[in-house]
Amino acid sequence: MSLQELNFKFKVENPKSISKEWFHFGVVGSGDLEVLIERKDLSGATQVKVVTPVVGYEKIWEMVLDKFVSEYSLGDLSIEINDNNATPVVVSMRLRQALIEANRPEEG
Amino acid sequence: MDQEIIKEWDTLQRDTQDRKKKAEHLVKEGKTVLAQDTVSLLEAIIKPGDKVNLEGNNQKQADFLAECLCRVDPQKIYDLHMVQSVVSLKSHLDLFEKGIAKKVDFAFSGPQAGRVAKFIKEGRLELGAIHTYLELFGRYFMDLTPRVALVVAFEADKEGNLYTGFNTEDTPAIVEATKFKQGIVIAQVNKIVDRVPRVDIPGDWVDYVVESPKPFYIEPLFTRDPALITESQIFRAMMAIKGIYAEYEVQRLNHGIGFDTAAIELLLPTYAEELGLKGKICSYFALNPHPTLIPAIESGWVKSIHCFGGELGMEEYVKARSDVFFVGPDGSLRSNRAFSQTAGHYAMDMFIGASLQIDKYGNSSTATANRVAGFGGAPNMGCDAKGRRHSTKAWLKCGEEYGMNHLLNGNVPRGKRLVVQLMETFREKLEPGFVEELDAWKLAENANLDLPPIMIYADDLTHIVTEDGIAYLHKCSTLEERMAAVKAVAGYTELGLQANPKETSALRNKGIFKTPEDLGVDITMASRSLLAAKNMKELVEWSKGLYNPPARFRNW
Repeated sequence: MSLQELNFKFKVENPKSISKEWFHFGVVGSGDLEVLIERKDLSGATQVKVVTPVVGYEKIWEMVLDKFVSEYSLGDLSIEINDNNATPVVVSMRLRQALIEANRPEEG
Repeated sequence: MDQEIIKEWDTLQRDTQDRKKKAEHLVKEGKTVLAQDTVSLLEAIIKPGDKVNLEGNNQKQADFLAECLCRVDPQKIYDLHMVQSVVSLKSHLDLFEKGIAKKVDFAFSGPQAGRVAKFIKEGRLELGAIHTYLELFGRYFMDLTPRVALVVAFEADKEGNLYTGFNTEDTPAIVEATKFKQGIVIAQVNKIVDRVPRVDIPGDWVDYVVESPKPFYIEPLFTRDPALITESQIFRAMMAIKGIYAEYEVQRLNHGIGFDTAAIELLLPTYAEELGLKGKICSYFALNPHPTLIPAIESGWVKSIHCFGGELGMEEYVKARSDVFFVGPDGSLRSNRAFSQTAGHYAMDMFIGASLQIDKYGNSSTATANRVAGFGGAPNMGCDAKGRRHSTKAWLKCGEEYGMNHLLNGNVPRGKRLVVQLMETFREKLEPGFVEELDAWKLAENANLDLPPIMIYADDLTHIVTEDGIAYLHKCSTLEERMAAVKAVAGYTELGLQANPKETSALRNKGIFKTPEDLGVDITMASRSLLAAKNMKELVEWSKGLYNPPARFRNW
């Protein structure tokens, strides 16, 4: 299984980062993925690195990620995704779940 | 011109007697024939060109008789016209390879679908037509009456009384059509006993019984392991419950076979109960005994279930819940495909299931380019029953909303069945679920079919549920509007990308398209913790130990 790496950069108005320094979410099971989401000074941009075995879906990745970043006005954020054939709905879901966790106040 | 026509009116009866005379020497006590004499029995009874029914469906199979039929001498018996519910065992197609059979009329092929397509293409198999179950049963009583039926039962007595019990399924329809048109009925049974627990088929409708060397094969087709249900399926299930079940107060329904509807079943005692829907939805089912329905039954959701067939492992559970299931005086379930399909066609308000592909108009199909899989029973439920005249709340509401009724019926109101497809826009391997043109067209070309095989036609489909939301297709008043509504829920597929944001927002204003937010469902709420049972073991626990899953599902 050869993997390909895709890199994207997004910029939105009035971006906000996450409250935690970083957060890891999900597992690379079949049809699933893991997300590493990290606060990083990128002059307000969000950069995303996707490692995936699926070829030919760069445009869909871009649209799914763009929608996610603009919906939550994200910036100064580095996102790394290790994908194993996740469908767009699973990608969207994991990203949202990761974001919720990355913004959840620490307990105690 | 006073020519007197001398016509004999009992040729079938006399032919049957002649055939049976040839088999006399093979008959032991009563109507019993030994397993090792079965091939000779078939050679004595069947004639070239006969219409022969080989019983089998997506559950039980007359597998021993099928193997014996493959072993008859093709010099003596050839050109048979098989009329049977499914073509799913290897032996079913070996008959064509050997030249014993020539033509087939069937409803479903499943695992042999690729070989069926290949045989048609090579000219080895002449295809009559692909039917739905009920449609094929109808033809047994019209123009496809079997001359000989090879059926299957659990037990028989020596007089030929059959006990088909839990898996009665298609047997009554086949035997009635065959026997009352003077045909011959041969049954394979797991055991010949002195007294059957209950008579499902009377002995005088059966000519021969054979105790098969091993019990007949049954496929646990409707068993879904909750451990494999994904959050994406739970997400769609939550939307369906809120946007369809609750919205229309759907009380009488059938669920398809997939994980999407299994997710709905497992959300009834949790999510749907929290929404206060108990008693308002899901009281009556035409459904096989789905193990994933156990938690809802145990929680008092379900009043009645009539079953098309049995499901391996559910025997004891069903026996102990005779208020809910149709159970005989002996205590075991009586399934009956013909009656359950009749209930599914006329007496229910909603069919909900999953499909492989939906085209831009909303037609859906499970056909792929090189597999003739057939229809089974879904189209009889996944359609608006045009002969229906009684009304219910869900049926009336859907009919009131139907945007094209006035074009055909003027000012006369009419109800409408809800026909719902649950789809993920992309399946595993990122195959798009929404396409410009269905693969069914390619199959029609490859296998010389008259029509592309459509499971559910666009004009019957009322709702599509995807991760993007719900399209209420029946509310549309033009084909253009329907096509825009299909695109609105088609996600990032090529079809979905053609959606015009302006049109989509107009549909949203009209309530033809609802997003997850409109429905008050958030994807991050879709958690496996909502499932009433998360694995097979918990289903067994819900059943108080009565459900006994087949070995391959015992994973704890």
